[in-house]
Amino acid sequence: MPADLLLKTPLHALHLAAGARMAPFAGWDMPLHYGSQLDEHHAVRAGAGVFDVSHMAQADLSGPQADHYLRRVLCGDVARIASGKALYTCLLNEQAGIIDDLLVYRLGADRFRLVLNAARREADLAWLRAGQAGFDVVLTPRDELAMLAVQGPQARTLADPLLPAALRAGVAGLARFAAAEEGDWLVGRTGYTGEDGYEIMLPAAAAPALWQALLQAGVRPAGLGARDTLRLEAGLSLYGHDMDDTVTPLECGLGWTVHWEPAQRDFIGRAALAAQRAAGPGRQRAGVVLVCRGVLRDGAPVLQDGRQIGHLTSGGFGPTVGRGIGLARVEAGAGGACTIRIRDRELPARFVNPPFVRDGALRVDLPPLVEV
Amino acid sequence: MSQVPDTLRYTPTHEWLRQEADGSITVGITDHAQAQLGDLVYVELPAVGKALTAGDACAVVESVKAAADVYAPLTGTVLAFNDALASAPELVNQDPYGAGWLLRVAGALPPDTLDAAAYRALTESA
Repeated sequence: MPADLLLKTPLHALHLAAGARMAPFAGWDMPLHYGSQLDEHHAVRAGAGVFDVSHMAQADLSGPQADHYLRRVLCGDVARIASGKALYTCLLNEQAGIIDDLLVYRLGADRFRLVLNAARREADLAWLRAGQAGFDVVLTPRDELAMLAVQGPQARTLADPLLPAALRAGVAGLARFAAAEEGDWLVGRTGYTGEDGYEIMLPAAAAPALWQALLQAGVRPAGLGARDTLRLEAGLSLYGHDMDDTVTPLECGLGWTVHWEPAQRDFIGRAALAAQRAAGPGRQRAGVVLVCRGVLRDGAPVLQDGRQIGHLTSGGFGPTVGRGIGLARVEAGAGGACTIRIRDRELPARFVNPPFVRDGALRVDLPPLVEV
Repeated sequence: MSQVPDTLRYTPTHEWLRQEADGSITVGITDHAQAQLGDLVYVELPAVGKALTAGDACAVVESVKAAADVYAPLTGTVLAFNDALASAPELVNQDPYGAGWLLRVAGALPPDTLDAAAYRALTESA
């Protein structure tokens, strides 16, 4: 797509002014990095970074049957969250394939905020609207809102004084996966990096001033490049890579987003998912870490005893881990040692349980490095 | 603005070449190339003694996001590779014409390489 047809977030001019390397992403012109993706990654692990995630779609759902409706369309049960809490779950089709993964914030008894992947916005909204028949609900895209993710061990300390005064009491002592709302501002203690921090939804017009204030406070601007290495180290799935509408939550490590109880809740995809659970899914998600130096790439075949048992759905280099790491979809029960084919070489690797890194600390045992 | 030293020769695929006093040719990737790739995290180099054919892929430089082939700018035999890059691939980003060199090759400097002015024109028009 020509650059002038790409969508621009309210911070676009500030990204250019900061020297960002821009790249197209899901129809948006987004910052990839501001000089060094690695420096931005390490800044989030050690201090604080801010990501412009205004390309992500926000939509509000309200009405007397909003709760009832979401209990039908989501595999996670919103009845489990109180007002002011967030739930990470999936939107499934009838075959239990994942239409999208999303965050749902409950803002009241019958009022919710959905945060959707940018690339899935149209598919999600069409699906949600198609499923509305018979439910008294109103779905309202909130395209006038922006979103900043402030992440890292220092994120909350640095961001708190910069939030509107009316929000400060609400964010003080905010638990993980909880949110505070004030007018059109919504601050959730959520994120996609494996670190503490906030996702701040706010009016687009207010976003540039908050961005600049965060930078002045010492928060480092971070691009989509660092967002990807951070989320990979955190073992977090990426739509279109680790999952899509041909993959069920049980096959990609997202079984925990499904709430089976109460048994009578008939969410879309439940029957197909229950049948797969009963039969045992034939494939599963696994983490892999290279035993030698190198970088892993999406799509690379994963082999055991010379036979391909799956492929990488995400691959890269973990800057905090210091190794090539990846997420794979492999035959159920796989474990131990494997090899990964990269170009014409087969590199030794081991299966591990993600996350690789959480809250700044390495969470997997690294096998000794071997030369190949 | 990327650096293009006047003393080196260049290829359109962003390798640089330097003739050493002993006649060997040192090869690396240009400042422009490393900047385009971003932070390098892995470099795969050919073994000493390997025969290279001009134009063929001879090494791989990998940034966090992508892998890129390095093309042999000449036909010849690998005399040495920069083994510091195994543990410090970022040297290519930091010092592409110095500590970030890739290979030393026994062979003749090809006549069709670009001088600094021609390479500068190439990268500035891109």
